[in-house]
This record gives sequence, C-alpha cells and structure tokens, in this order.
Amino acid sequence: MLLIDCPFCGPRNESEFSFGGPALTPRPSDPAAVSDADWVDWLTVPPNPMGLVEERWWHARGCGSWLTICRHTVTHEITEVRLGR
Amino acid sequence: MAADPYRLAEGGRIDRSRPLRFRFDGRDYQGFAGDTLASALLANGVRIAARSFKYHRPRGVMGAGVEEPAVLVELKGDAASGNRPATTVPLTEGLVARSVNAWPSARFDIGAANQLAARFIPAGFYYKTFKWPDWHLYEPSIRRAAGLASAPKEPPQGAYEARHAHTDLLIAGAGPAGLMAALVAGRAGARVMIVDEGTEAGGALLNRCLTLGGQPALDWVAAVVAELAGMENVIHLQNATVWAYREHNLMMVQERAPANSSLLGRNWRVRAGQVITATGAIERMMVFQGNDRPGVMLASAAQAYVNRWAVPPGRRAVVFTNNDSAYAATADIARAGIEVAAIVDARDGVPDHSRALVPGIEVLAGQAVTSVRGGRRVRAVSVAPIRGGADRQLDCDLLAVSGGWNPAVHLYSQSRSKIAWNEGLATFVPDAPAQAVRAAGAANGAMELDRALQEGVAAALAALGDLGRSGQVPELPGSDDLPYTVSPLWTAPGAGAKSFLDIQNDVTVADIELALREGYSNIEHVKRYTTGGMGIDQGKTGNVNIIGAVAERQGKSPDEVGVTTFRPPYTPVEFGAIAGRRAGPVVLPYRHTPLTRWHKNNGAVMYEAGARWRRPGYYRRAGESFQDTVNREARTVREGVGIYDGAPLGKYEIKGPDAGTFLDWIYTNVMSSLTVGNGRYGLMLTDDGLILDDGVAFRLAPDRFLISTSTGNADAVGQYMEKLLQIERPDWRVKITNVTSQWANATICGPKAREVMAAMGSDIDLSPDAFPFMAFRDGHVADLPARVVRVSFTGELSFEVNVRPRDLPALWKAAMAAGAPFGIAPVGSEANHVLRVEKGFLSLGHEVDGTVDPHDLGMSWVMSKKKDDFIGKRSVELRRASGRPRRELVGIRPLDPNRQVPEGAPLTPGGRKEATEGFVTACVWSVVENRWLGLALLTDGRARIGGRAHVRLPDEVIEVELCDPIFHDPKGERLRS
Repeated sequence: MLLIDCPFCGPRNESEFSFGGPALTPRPSDPAAVSDADWVDWLTVPPNPMGLVEERWWHARGCGSWLTICRHTVTHEITEVRLGR
Repeated sequence: MAADPYRLAEGGRIDRSRPLRFRFDGRDYQGFAGDTLASALLANGVRIAARSFKYHRPRGVMGAGVEEPAVLVELKGDAASGNRPATTVPLTEGLVARSVNAWPSARFDIGAANQLAARFIPAGFYYKTFKWPDWHLYEPSIRRAAGLASAPKEPPQGAYEARHAHTDLLIAGAGPAGLMAALVAGRAGARVMIVDEGTEAGGALLNRCLTLGGQPALDWVAAVVAELAGMENVIHLQNATVWAYREHNLMMVQERAPANSSLLGRNWRVRAGQVITATGAIERMMVFQGNDRPGVMLASAAQAYVNRWAVPPGRRAVVFTNNDSAYAATADIARAGIEVAAIVDARDGVPDHSRALVPGIEVLAGQAVTSVRGGRRVRAVSVAPIRGGADRQLDCDLLAVSGGWNPAVHLYSQSRSKIAWNEGLATFVPDAPAQAVRAAGAANGAMELDRALQEGVAAALAALGDLGRSGQVPELPGSDDLPYTVSPLWTAPGAGAKSFLDIQNDVTVADIELALREGYSNIEHVKRYTTGGMGIDQGKTGNVNIIGAVAERQGKSPDEVGVTTFRPPYTPVEFGAIAGRRAGPVVLPYRHTPLTRWHKNNGAVMYEAGARWRRPGYYRRAGESFQDTVNREARTVREGVGIYDGAPLGKYEIKGPDAGTFLDWIYTNVMSSLTVGNGRYGLMLTDDGLILDDGVAFRLAPDRFLISTSTGNADAVGQYMEKLLQIERPDWRVKITNVTSQWANATICGPKAREVMAAMGSDIDLSPDAFPFMAFRDGHVADLPARVVRVSFTGELSFEVNVRPRDLPALWKAAMAAGAPFGIAPVGSEANHVLRVEKGFLSLGHEVDGTVDPHDLGMSWVMSKKKDDFIGKRSVELRRASGRPRRELVGIRPLDPNRQVPEGAPLTPGGRKEATEGFVTACVWSVVENRWLGLALLTDGRARIGGRAHVRLPDEVIEVELCDPIFHDPKGERLRS
C-alpha cells in the first residue's frame, strides 16, 4: 500500500488512487507524420526499468487529479509527485 | 483422565492452580493455564503428535514457537482454524484439536504406508508421473492425500475487525532489544507501538535462565513492561504478530484474542514513521539421517520446555550442536533432571566458557550424529568422528539439536531491504535498509544479551534522530550471557534420503541432490522443484540449511548461492482477519436504480448489468417457462409497446469552449458539427485502434454536450477522458461531470410508444417531423420535468424519458397506467438482448471484446475521413495496411432452426479439430423469424456471407448458414418512424 503525497490532499493511501500505467512521452501531435515503427514503439513499448520509473496515478477517490509520480520499482520509494504530466 | 504425568513439581510460567482440560485426536488430557497445546501434549507424554506431509512419517514437537515445522493442528469448535503450529496455540478450557495429515490419528495413520514407497516419490515425482493425459485429472486426489487441515465448514463465531493507526515508531518484537528500544523511545515522548507475537513479553528471555543486573532477567522484563504501561504515548500489544512489511512502512499486525472478547481478532494496518525489527533469531535444525524422528527437538525448544513450562521432553538426552548456545540449554535441561549422555559438538575446538557450563557431561568434539535408531521415537543415536572413525551408540529418548541461529530477517527483507551473508555467524543478517527501518538485537545478529540491549538503545536513538527527536541512554543492566560462536555443519556425514532439510514439506538432502543433478542449480529453482521452504512455516528452521547444503554441493559459499525471497505473511493469517467487517453483501455492494423494489414486486429476476448495477433480467409470470417469458417480452416490444429501466446507463456532461474539439478527438466520427438539440451515435477507440466503448453524444448548448456510455464501462470511460484532458491536453478548456446518477430513465419502446407518450401527457411535440430520431427535447412528461431522447437500442420507435432519479417511480407508474390500454409490459435485459441481436446492434463484452475495430463490425461509416486525427485512427490504418485477414461480424442461422448454439462456441474450418476461425458472440430465439439465430465473429466473414460455417462443440458439430448481421428492419424505418 503506497503512500502517495497528493499535491492537493496530502499523503493518502494507494487505495484512494487508480493506477494509470507508466508515463509515456506525449502523444505525437501529428500521428500521421510518425513512422510506423516509431508509432508502434510509442504505443507498445512502455518503460519498465529496475529503478526509478514515472507513472500516472488518478486520485479517483480524492480530488480527481491525475498525477505523475516517480517511483522506484524495487523499493517503492517515491521521489517526486506532480500534478498532470 | 490422567493428570499430566511428565510435569515437573515446580517452576515454569504456568498456573498450577488453573488446570485446563483439552482433547487431542479424540483423547482427553489436562494442562495448565500458561501452557501451549505443544507443552501440554509433551506434559502428557504425547510424543507422536503429527504425520508428515508427504511420507506420513511420525513426527513430534520440535520447536517451541512460530518456527515449529512438524506439529500442525486443526482446531475445532468456535475457534475452528486449520494448520496452526501446536506451539502457538495457547491452551484454553475445552480446546479440541486434531493432528493434520493423519487419519484416523497421528498414532495410527493409514497413510503411513507411503513411507514404504518413499524412495519412489522423490522431488518432482508428481509432475513427472501424472502428466498424461492431463495433470488436472490427478490433482484432486493427490491434493486430498497430501492435504493439510480442511477448511472449517461453518463461519467463525464472532467477528474480526480492522484498525488503522499511525505511529512514530513501530517495534516488532518485545524481547530484550525491542523492550529496550521501546523504553528509550517511550521516555523520549515519541508515539510508540511495540508488538509481540508471544502471549507475554520477554522473547527468548522467557525460555532461558539469565540474569540482568544480578536479578532474574524476567524481573527486568516485568519492570519495563510496567513502565511502558504507564506511558500514554505507548501502545503495547502481545499475542499480536507483525505479519507483513509493506510499502512505505505500512505494517500489517494480526492481534489475536484482543481484550474485547466478542472479537476473534483485530488486523491493524499501521503507518509507521520508523520501524525497528527486533524479531529475535530462530534456531536451525541439524541435518542427519533420521533427524525428523519424534524425540529430535531443537535445543532451544528443549530448554524452553523445561524452563517456561516445567516439562522435561525426555529422560535421557544427547545434545548435538555446532555452536555455543546449546551448552546453556544443556545446563538447563540437566538441572531439570534430564540425564545428558553426551554433547556431540561438530567443532574440533569447544570454548572453555561453554565447557564450564556443563561440568561432568562428556563433550564429543569433532563428532556428529550420523543416524537415529527407533521407529516411532528416538531410542539411540550413532555418533561418529566427522573425519572418519568408528561410530558409537548412545541410548537416549531426546536428541536436542542446534545448527546455529538465524536472525529473523523476514520483516526486514520484506521491506525490500538487503540482507547479507555473515561468515562469522554463518547466516544472513540485515544489511542496507530500503525503507525507514533498522534491525536490533538477535534479529540483527547480536546474539548475546548485552549486545542486544545495546542495539535496542542505539536503534531507538537513531530512529528518534530521524524523527527529529532526541533520547537518552538508559542505565544498561549487565547480564551473565556468554559469547556465541558457531562453525557450520550443513549436513552430517552420510546425510541422504532420510535427512530432512525442510521438515514440514518432507524435503531431504537426496531431493536437493536430485534437483541439482537435473539442472535446477539456481536456489529459486531448487526451492520450486523440491518445495523446500514453501510450507506454512516458510522454512523457518530449514531454509538456511538448504542454502548451505546447496553451497556445499556446488562448491560455492552460501553468499554466492543467495537467498530466496521472503514473503508475507510471516505466520499464517486467517482470511477473515484480512477481510475484517468487509464480509458478505458489503464487500462489493450492488447499485440499485430507484425501481428495484418495483421490479422485485413484479416478478423480476435481477441480473448484474455491469459495474455492480442490478437490473431486471426478465419478469416471470405464472405458467411461463424462461423462454416463454423472454419471447413474450420481446414480442411486446416488436408488436406493441414495452418499457424498461435504463437508469444505469453511464452519462457524462462535457462542458467548455473546447468540448466539441475534445469529442472529435475521442470519437471516431465528427461531433462538433452537431446542432443543439441533436445527437449522433459514436464509437470511442483507444490509441491501439480497438473499440473502447460506444454511445450517443447530444449537443445541449454550443459549449455543452451530454454523452452516454455503456453501463459497465462508465467509470473506465470517465477515467480515460480525465487522463486525456489532464495529461495530454491540459490547455484545452473542457470540464467533465459524471451525471450517471443525476439522470434516471424509463425507455418506452415499440410501435405504440408514441400513443403511450401522448396518453401520459407531454408538452413536447412528439410528431416525427418535430421530434425526429436522434434528437432530444426538454419539457414535461406526466407533469414531471423530463428530457426525452429519441434513441433506440431495440430497433423500434423509442422514447427514452430521462428524469430526476426521485421522479422515476412516478414516471414509471404513469407510463404503466397510460400504457395499460396498449398492453404495455416491462421488459428485462434478456429480451433486450434478443432485440438488439435481431437488429445486429453491437454489445460490449459480446461482439466488442477488445480485439475488434469498427471495420470488423461493418461500421466503416463511423470512421471519419474528414478528420486528420482522432484517437485510434493511426493504429487502425496501420493494421489495415498489413492486409491480414480479420475476424468480421456476420449473422448465423443454424441449419436446424430449433438448434440453439451456445454463446461463445468456437467456429472451426469444416468443424474439424483445428485452430478456431471465430466464435459465436450471441445466439437468441428470434421472435421475428421464429427460430434460433445469432451473431459471430468469423475470419473473412463478410466475404463468406451466403456460405456455411461450423460450430465445434465437445461432442457435436453444428452447421450454420452465414448471413448479413441485421435480421430485422435493415433500413431502420421502424426506429425512425
């Protein structure tokens, strides 16, 4: 049970949040201009490091904010929480 | 009933004035308050108290605490629970227990015949033998033969509860180190929780005869406990186990027998600022032939039984050790009247301070016990020099063994903190912390009492420092504990097929050797292949021995072999304790529409409609079969008029200047061109080009839309839209409001729907020209403020009348009254399913299963060609460009019109046993064609329309004709009427 420090609500249990997957780079503004290979990479190869990873969490049972957190995949240490992207 | 014949006349921490009767394996016995079931069984001379998991070998009590690997019991009655180590069951009046793995009892066990076949059932035997044709064929009977306790059939009498707590410092363990840490932190004013699994505080001091400051050590314990009890900032729990160390210092604590007697247990979830693991150490077994015979016992356990429970576990003992701690144990058991034949010490050099503890007892240095004699219990042991030489027999009925000590690093390791091999202690000790945690005392490798106390102080001061506090070093009482040294002996000479590394799972040295021979060289593979360390005790006494035995055979150091992962729970936890009060209907409560009561009063059989909504499946009438009911309801809509409760439908308002742009982005078609008052059906894709949801968008105002989603997907769609807006397009001015519960609706549908609407009375012009299909109008229906929407999920003329939820019962009543002359009847989801299949309308979870795009469903028209981009466009184009065949939606008619096809049934080429080419997504009895028909997803299906396909069932093949997926009113004249 992570403890996520929501910028609005303060430290809250993971059970108030909904996981939104690893943080991808921004969606290409013009997908048609991206090569097939790059598009498939963007879509299907999420970062999965052993170490710090950025991921999205939705404070579904709190303020409704989407957060980006930086979490260590081994220790669960959260080094950063920010609003939005 | 015999009094306990093996009890010492005095001593021990039992209350001889409070005898307790109990029953074990059908026999009555007596013990005392303060006993555990294990100590009481030993006091009554019960030596065979269990049978082993796999070979049904006789087993006796080997430990004195949570480490007990051998004697698991099933408790009966109100306190029913399974697989409890007998050493952790406090004796209570009337306790009824039976041994697991044994039938009819541990003494006479029919399964014991397995012992004769033992050499034929080595590690991996079941996987190798029972693989043809299918393991699952054999699994149930094998599980039954191997099984542990059966689950209680009745729910427990009483309740569990959960409690959340926050604390500055949580200390796991109230032994010397933990008590000292609590004292320092408590005096400094920090909020402290000290949690201990024993029935009383003191840890290992309870089992030993040590002094502190010249007084019995337990006097010091009592004084500290009393001081802690006087501190308001300290919570002290006994009989409570910290069973899991979770992320961010969330500690799970299972408190058994809380003071409130109506509670079976309390599960604490404690968020701790700092944690100290003062969990002590667990003694290892020695590994030699026959080391599981009843009468073989950990030396520390034998010491605990004489000191704490005044029960000598034998009359004549041999002690087998590789370290110093067994000497103090020997001194204690000798003092209790047990004759000690000899101490067999694997080390060549025995320290003088150890020898001095056991004057007059022979010490056989550099020797090992190589085998045990006696079938049902130890009668003698063979002892031989480790470097070779003649062996010698020693008669005994107790063999006390000590293979050294392992710090209980379980919690520390669960925190993801690193542990490291310590050569001097020959075990793994805490190393680098990954969270705000420290280990102290024996749990940190400080095996001597004075060092444990010092570490308790140091850990508390460091934790206080991290909390921004300071504390003071208390006066440290000196102890008479002696130094601990160890020299590992992983396996004794001749260890093999009857030398048990994991007593509980019957894993022997021979099993480990087999695993290594077969190529399972990684310790994690050895564990999984042999199941060593995978029992309920999680290998507390055996794991490090397994690592040592593997290292010895691979010519590596245990450090290189490494450890397997420690996982919660540290000791077994009841499911009920984890659930707490969240049991029964409140686990996942249903969502009800305002009409649930009406539906139930009118014969509705309620279904779950997705997202925990309850909706009527069908309304049963007397004399009707299920199919009769569904047919009647479907015909009502096709031929007359029906009404259904559409309240659960997901609804969102999308507001803001960029709302139209946003909808154009998330729907495949264009929504921004809608005029106010009108709507459009649309599909939402995800960026992988697959369908996420379908629904209708209406424009309420230039900057305001109302969209509907499928019932089960409403929350997911809301989350998805918020993510897109907050993460991808934070600059767009759009706000989303979930209005699912703000609008409830009753949908009146069928050729006579307009007449019923008129009869209800409305200020809305209902004529087709003034109020066309896919428009909405705000006004009144039956004098209730309403938004009427002309959508259709049935293919018939429909008016979806949306009202405030509190008005829905009144609206429904008005519709039923006004519709009575037209034969109106409520319809449930079964009939709705029939109606939508006849129309070829898609349904999420049937046709839309996360693998299809709009083209597959014949809905290419919904994919806008005008927009440069929308979510999913790029991936659909990419996939289409590959030209690979797709599964496409087709209609099916079984050649036999009376043959129903199960939904989900596979289609294979020619009905042969080949890879499937699709499956049946829906099959219903059509009231317009009077036959079974359905929908299917079939490879290249559209091109095959007019041809045939084959449904392959386990024992027959059903031939079906392929047709267009719209069976009824293909031009849509009826729904537009």
